[in-house]
Amino acid sequence: MKKRGRFLTLLMVTTLAAGSLMACGSGSKETGNTQTGSKSGDSIEITNVSYDPTRELYAAYNELFAKHWQEENGQEVSVVQSHGGSGKQALEVANGLQADVVTLALEGDVDAVKNAGLIEDGYVDEFPLDSSPYTSSIVFLVRKDNPKNINDWDDLLRDDVGVITPNPKTSGGARWNYLAAWYYFEKQGQSEDEIKESIKTLYEHVLVLDSGARGATTSFVENGQGDVLLAWENEAFLSLDEHPGEYEIVVPSASILCQPTVAVVDEVVDKRGTREVATEYLNYLYSEEAQRLEAEWYYRPSNEELLKEYQYEGEGNTITELPENHKWIITDIDLTNIDHFGGWTKATEKHFADGGIFDSIYEKK
Amino acid sequence: MEIRNDKGVVKWLLIGICTVFLLVTLVLPLVYVIYTALRDGLGAYFAAVKDQYAVKAILLTIKVVIISVVVNSIFGIFAAWLITRFQFRGKKIISTLIDLPLTISPVIAGLIFVLTFGRQSAIYPFLEKWGIQIIFAVPGVVLATIFVTFPFISREIIPVLTVEGTDEEEAAALMGANGFQIFTQITFPHIKWAFLYGVVLCSARAMGEFGAVSVLSGHLCGRTNTMPLYIELLYQAFDFTGAFALSSILVIMAIIILVLRNIFEYRGKKEMES
Repeated sequence: MKKRGRFLTLLMVTTLAAGSLMACGSGSKETGNTQTGSKSGDSIEITNVSYDPTRELYAAYNELFAKHWQEENGQEVSVVQSHGGSGKQALEVANGLQADVVTLALEGDVDAVKNAGLIEDGYVDEFPLDSSPYTSSIVFLVRKDNPKNINDWDDLLRDDVGVITPNPKTSGGARWNYLAAWYYFEKQGQSEDEIKESIKTLYEHVLVLDSGARGATTSFVENGQGDVLLAWENEAFLSLDEHPGEYEIVVPSASILCQPTVAVVDEVVDKRGTREVATEYLNYLYSEEAQRLEAEWYYRPSNEELLKEYQYEGEGNTITELPENHKWIITDIDLTNIDHFGGWTKATEKHFADGGIFDSIYEKK
Repeated sequence: MEIRNDKGVVKWLLIGICTVFLLVTLVLPLVYVIYTALRDGLGAYFAAVKDQYAVKAILLTIKVVIISVVVNSIFGIFAAWLITRFQFRGKKIISTLIDLPLTISPVIAGLIFVLTFGRQSAIYPFLEKWGIQIIFAVPGVVLATIFVTFPFISREIIPVLTVEGTDEEEAAALMGANGFQIFTQITFPHIKWAFLYGVVLCSARAMGEFGAVSVLSGHLCGRTNTMPLYIELLYQAFDFTGAFALSSILVIMAIIILVLRNIFEYRGKKEMES
């Protein structure tokens, strides 16, 4: 008994020692990693911090870009991806998440990173078209045959309709949803107080308020919650793609042109020496190959010719299955944009900041 | 085992409730995990597990578990020794502080570290000067895991040490043994099963930690995504085979740990009795 006791002690001491050695080993390796992190001879690495629904797009784009960069510079490039609610992602970058580029859901979130001092003023003009290489819109995703007969925004105010949309506090997509609804009610000739009342009713019908767009999609599609999902166009088409015959897309009469914004994070690229590759990463998003890829993943390309090429040829405002020829872009829709709301700084302050309109209507529930 | 009362309606009612409860909350979900993981065949299962990001997530998880266990073992033994063998002011405070992670929500733990080591914090310039990246990198993930698991080992050891008392140690000291000898020959043999039990609990908790890690990881795919985070990612990417295949690996790891736990518990009891 006593002998075995000693043996066990010995065993344990050795395990502990081995363990601590391992810990030290991996620890030092880790610091090594973060030190070099970026540039070393013929391979380079950058990090793209993006919003929720773009994961598939960027997984595909990263391959395309790697090929392009290899051809141009003979250097291997790998891109680390990070996805989540746009507002949350912006906050993490502001808190020290090392992103070489941010590709967020809206300018307001990139502004948050800028205000933390990581991005220089005037980033919006650094890339063409206000730094938004692709755009999107907000549509409704409903269950097959549209059992609740949801056709436009005012149907969402009916008591029998359960709505799924993410939280505008953390999700960029949710902010676009909110503003699109606002625009519709405004177009109906409602006064501001009436619009607030309508929006309040709409959010009373929200069953699950997820923190990001992808979480909301999962709630609606996988967990079967609600009757209608207010979704990014690309999320809606992707759901149609993943679950053919189970859902339909309803395009409301009015919506908003969503302009996701991209930017190089100056502080990080200067520290890592990755400015060149990061800039090219974003520039190449405007190339024809990349624009085609974006259209294939259901983002509206900024290239006018491609936009026409992918224009939807069917009739009506309901899409029950993916067009075989991939022509999916519905142009027959009244799209407002953020300028209508006086830009993101103003819109954020009025609607989404602490104590803004969203707070007042959601708290008074 | 000693209590036998076959006539008891209460007994059967309780057994019934327990079985139904366990079936609904544990067995069914686990069966569903395995079923979904294998739904597309073994080929798809292994392809999902061998995916480069999955492998990286598994390796990272193992690494994080090992580091947390080692750190917490050292800390746990010292803390238990200190609390049971010395009298000093503020002992209650230290004892309470050790338990804090049990009551603090992991998400808050994560946020505390963001505030401490994040870009807005006062010490960030120093960290940056030395090129040390803590949060949104592997060290942050490790730190979060250590934080949420650190009471586990000391909490297992402290009761044993308290029960044992100091008689044997005092005797050894009188006979001229030094501190190290006392620890390795007297104290450690007494606590070793409790210690191993603590290690097991600590590993189990470290493997599955989600909240604090989620806040600190930055979700860098292939870098800081541990298994639980990567499973969420796969689930949200509509990749159910992948998500549940990886979940099944976590389940298998948990079962191994459960078996170890029972062995240690059994051995510990036996030794106590002898």
